[in-house]
Amino acid sequence: MNYGEQTIRFLNKPRVVSGYSIVGPKEAAGPLDPYFHKRIRKDDFGQKSFEKAECKLHMSAISGAIIEAGLTPKDIDVNIGGDLLNQIITSSFSARELDVPFIGMYSACSTFGQALIVGASLIDGGYVSYAACSTSSHFSTAERQYRYPLELGTQMTPTSQWTVTGSGCTLLGKTGGKVFVESATIGKVIDFGISDANNMGAAMAPAAAKTVSQHLKDTGRSADYYDYIVTGDLGIYGSKLFLKLLESEGINAAGVHKDCGQMIFDKKQRCPQGGSGAGCSSVVFNSYFMHHLKVGAIKKMLLVPTGALLSKVSSLQGETIPGIANAISFEREEDV
Amino acid sequence: MLSRTEYVELDKKMAPKSKEWSTLVCAFLVGGFICCIGQAVSDVFKLCVPTASEKLTSQFTSTVMIFIGAFLTGIGIYDNIGKHAGAGSIIPITGFANSVVSPAMEFRSEGMVFGVMCKMFVIAGPIIVSGVTSSVGVGIVYWIIGLIK
Amino acid sequence: MIVTYLKVFAVGGLVCLIGQILINLTKMTSSKILVTFLLIGVVLEAIKVFDFVKDFAGAGITIPIVGFGSTLAKGAIEGVQKFGLIGALTGGMQAAAAGLSAAILFGFLISLIFKARTKV
Repeated sequence: MNYGEQTIRFLNKPRVVSGYSIVGPKEAAGPLDPYFHKRIRKDDFGQKSFEKAECKLHMSAISGAIIEAGLTPKDIDVNIGGDLLNQIITSSFSARELDVPFIGMYSACSTFGQALIVGASLIDGGYVSYAACSTSSHFSTAERQYRYPLELGTQMTPTSQWTVTGSGCTLLGKTGGKVFVESATIGKVIDFGISDANNMGAAMAPAAAKTVSQHLKDTGRSADYYDYIVTGDLGIYGSKLFLKLLESEGINAAGVHKDCGQMIFDKKQRCPQGGSGAGCSSVVFNSYFMHHLKVGAIKKMLLVPTGALLSKVSSLQGETIPGIANAISFEREEDV
Repeated sequence: MLSRTEYVELDKKMAPKSKEWSTLVCAFLVGGFICCIGQAVSDVFKLCVPTASEKLTSQFTSTVMIFIGAFLTGIGIYDNIGKHAGAGSIIPITGFANSVVSPAMEFRSEGMVFGVMCKMFVIAGPIIVSGVTSSVGVGIVYWIIGLIK
Repeated sequence: MIVTYLKVFAVGGLVCLIGQILINLTKMTSSKILVTFLLIGVVLEAIKVFDFVKDFAGAGITIPIVGFGSTLAKGAIEGVQKFGLIGALTGGMQAAAAGLSAAILFGFLISLIFKARTKV
């Protein structure tokens, strides 16, 4: 890598041109509501199936970001998208409608980070001028794929998280705006032996901690170099473990740490540990953080989307849950 | 950084626990209440049909209870009861109905045959398999005992 | 009358309470809980304890899935006594037929009428 062991530095400063977020009703009832671009009233979005609804969410996010930037789909060189469904049907089906070259991505809930890294690299290398990086998730499609039917009377365990219904898209470009992607750290897959599929925060925390500490080591920075270090969906409990793990490495990030999963829902909303899902980090980044980066309230931030790389088969076969986290550093160019 | 085993230990120590008392109380109250409804159904049936055998009464009762469970699942209430009651709404026969009806509804979008019919017993299948297998086993044991006598 | 219902409530509640303790301690899913209690019912019937509990608690023990297990086992035992070995195969399902058919029929009909909704 050109910047230490696992870190890339983007020399040509790929720009964050625009961002768009669209969320379901439960997310809109949460504390981040004022920052979302669009809220849907019913989470079937007027479609026949929840899969179709998620697809429409995904498309709306991409076209929203394109319109927000004042461009047309013809200007977009590539759409890099991913989601949680088997064979990432949401992203590929929305790409079918979009008529834009498409790269499909999967790394569970950290897909958004992967998409940003690939998009920024393509732009940095001078190969494309605009890349739309999008991910989505939907509570009702994820629930039936990973857990139980919706109408089954089950109880959430105290460590479980609520899959976010929503989609976010960030449009990266060669030029446009003051915010740029400064560097990125590609994480390793880390497995610390957690096997409970309802305890994903604990499964992902070691991966997030490893990636963040490696990023800081590679760049020679301390945690408070950043205004915020934002993890994807560790949840309340996973965040505690994350901070504890960093502490054991001698890094104190408690003051600058935020977690998207923790931010998106209120404690009153009956989601024991907060939100999760591929849409979680992208929705929160493209609403709350995008707004603050654009207005200059945040100047430097490190986004660390986290993913638990399990499937229903692997957890039934008793495998432990490997986690992954990628870190992307955003900075704002100061007026000279 | 911590080692794998240290981390698993840390997770065991730090993981948030469920609110023991409130879940237990909810399960007890809801479970008891559902059983009382069952008792009421069978009492009313006995009043209306005084000549009914015990077998018929119990068959009628479980059919009615299964209908109640299925209907509450259909109109989207049963999962909300289950959210609070836990085992209180899983263990009664209405919970069995819930576990048959909910996948049938859920997979309707995959069509009649491969959705509803194939997936109907995704959750309740183990109950049928274990129940039938073990009861046949009990029957065979009784048959052998009968032979020895 | 009231005493009967109190007994039903107490025993039925207690069965569910034990289930909830199991869920809290072992994080069992609902399928496993149902299977466990069904097997308890089969065993209780096989060792002839079930009828004593039933005389005491009525619906408190027959409405929980334990009762379904006992119905299956009782059917198999009666089948053996009436028809010999083949009765072990036919008896259980025959006794449980009403409940099973009802579950399948209602499941099918309801899936035609209602659509699954998102949790809140």
